[in-house]
Amino acid sequence: MRDMNSRRQNNSLDERIGKLLLEREVEDFIAREAAMLDEWRLDEWLGLFTDDGRYVVPSTDVPGGDPKETLGIINDDMARLRGRVERLKSRHAHREFPWSRTRRFITNVRIKEMTEEEIQVNASFLVYRIRSGQVDPLIGGYIYTLKRMDGALKIAVRTAVLDLEALRPHGTLSIIL
Amino acid sequence: MNRHEVIREDRSGGIFRVHRSVFSSAEIAALEQANIFQRCWLYLGHDSEIPNVGDYRRRTVAGQPLFWVRGSDGQVRAFYNSCTHWGANVCRVDQGNAEVFQCFYHAWTFNNRGDLVSVPDETGYGEGFCKEAMGLVSPPRVDNYRGLYFVSFNPEVEDLVSYLAEAKDYIDLILDQSEEGWRVVPGTQKYSVRANWKMFSLNSLDNYHVRPLHSTFFKYTESLGAGDPPVSPPNGFPGTQGRALSLRNGHGVDVFQSLTRARPIAHWHPILGEDSKEEIRSRRVRLVEKFGAERAYLMCNTNRLMLVYPNFALHDIAGVSLRYFEPTGPDYMEVTVQTLAPVDESAGLLNRRLENFLSFLGPGGFAHPDDIEAMESAQLGFRASGPEWIDASRGMRREGTALDEIHVRAFWRQWHANVLGRAKAERDHD
Repeated sequence: MRDMNSRRQNNSLDERIGKLLLEREVEDFIAREAAMLDEWRLDEWLGLFTDDGRYVVPSTDVPGGDPKETLGIINDDMARLRGRVERLKSRHAHREFPWSRTRRFITNVRIKEMTEEEIQVNASFLVYRIRSGQVDPLIGGYIYTLKRMDGALKIAVRTAVLDLEALRPHGTLSIIL
Repeated sequence: MNRHEVIREDRSGGIFRVHRSVFSSAEIAALEQANIFQRCWLYLGHDSEIPNVGDYRRRTVAGQPLFWVRGSDGQVRAFYNSCTHWGANVCRVDQGNAEVFQCFYHAWTFNNRGDLVSVPDETGYGEGFCKEAMGLVSPPRVDNYRGLYFVSFNPEVEDLVSYLAEAKDYIDLILDQSEEGWRVVPGTQKYSVRANWKMFSLNSLDNYHVRPLHSTFFKYTESLGAGDPPVSPPNGFPGTQGRALSLRNGHGVDVFQSLTRARPIAHWHPILGEDSKEEIRSRRVRLVEKFGAERAYLMCNTNRLMLVYPNFALHDIAGVSLRYFEPTGPDYMEVTVQTLAPVDESAGLLNRRLENFLSFLGPGGFAHPDDIEAMESAQLGFRASGPEWIDASRGMRREGTALDEIHVRAFWRQWHANVLGRAKAERDHD
């Protein structure tokens, strides 16, 4: 009787430690990703995605819209995402040449769901874009679908949902949000 | 600068210049509000946005709060979004369905035909109070052409069809591409530009900038491989590339060969996916059967950058986009973009259509952010006091190509007439 109780406690402690470790790992993953983007290490950032990864920013009036049938702002498969990075590295992406400064504040990281294959993570973001005398805050939430591949976390889907009612006065979403 | 002199035109020398003050002057901006935005027809929305009785959408047009609604009698009406009692907005969300609009302030209630149907403590009003006369107020003119609704604050404005002039033919050319009709796809791109609104009108017509400004976009699409080979234009297709055209009343269009670029209707390119090839090709075949080779060529193998004066750009390029924009000051505008799709399009092709749209267009596309950068950069450039004029002379002294500024000059002539208090430009063409 005593053995069973202590084993149950041990299991539960293991579970709680496992959960904490995963939370830390996910938070660390997102913080490292934010640093890559703020430092414009875009090729490295691309390496965080699975081969069939996706990056989506829905429109501000239908924030939950399915990009297959709703006009959004960004809906990149990996081919387009690589094209986007290639473009941003060029001196002909005029909105981002020279690159803007960005600073990302990501918080309230929560693991929403976990299966054998996937972890769904929600987080809040406040991303400042600074350029040409303007400071434009982008406010919203991330919804990540992460997968573990060869031990490392990878991004299968990364959706950035804006709380803004419009990209005003920002005008564009020329950085990676 | 005297407003009579802000445009300099020398036809024999082929020179057309516009004084830069028109982009920053508060006096000009006030004249534009009075003589253009309060006098022209302005785009309101598309029929498919309010398909059912009671459906409504809220809009700001020329700074005025409006909403438009399909009433219980099936009729579409637009109203000023302001209670006839103390003025609060009676429609408080962007879209929905309602039998009545109740003002949240004192609970005056209007039906979806605009009639005032209920006033709390009605007996408190005297005999002179007439409920029938206190309904919601409509802007003086609301009309539609083939489901595109426009509004005018000018009771004397000419009929919409006459106002649209030759732009009507190009609206037909776009809308005829879907036999079953069009619908606005859910999802709206709302953004702003820190520039004068006229920069957007001009950018919407101009083809001269496309290759130099948007080279990263072309690099990307070309990296995806080749699509269906270009179709040879029929005899009589203007120029080798296309043509910039004035459509009268300040409207203009740039028609140019699509060559290898993707068109969901109807020129296949890898960006539209293998799975959509058949649907795209078969629509082209149907359009040739219905309209003949020449018109089908224009529909399927040319693109159109069209501006309906003053502030409604109807683009038929990477998809059909509805872009309208309005100033909130001389150096700031608010932009709204929606897209149309054929009502009978397959889910697969709709997905590809939207992906193709987003590749080029919108605030997160591979091209449009650079348009916005260019407009904002020009607006900053106008602060420089040395250079006084911008130049719009291109193509004045030749037959005209798709890269010329014929439509741009037509815009400016109409604009100048309006700013001087005249309804029409003396000349529509070079």
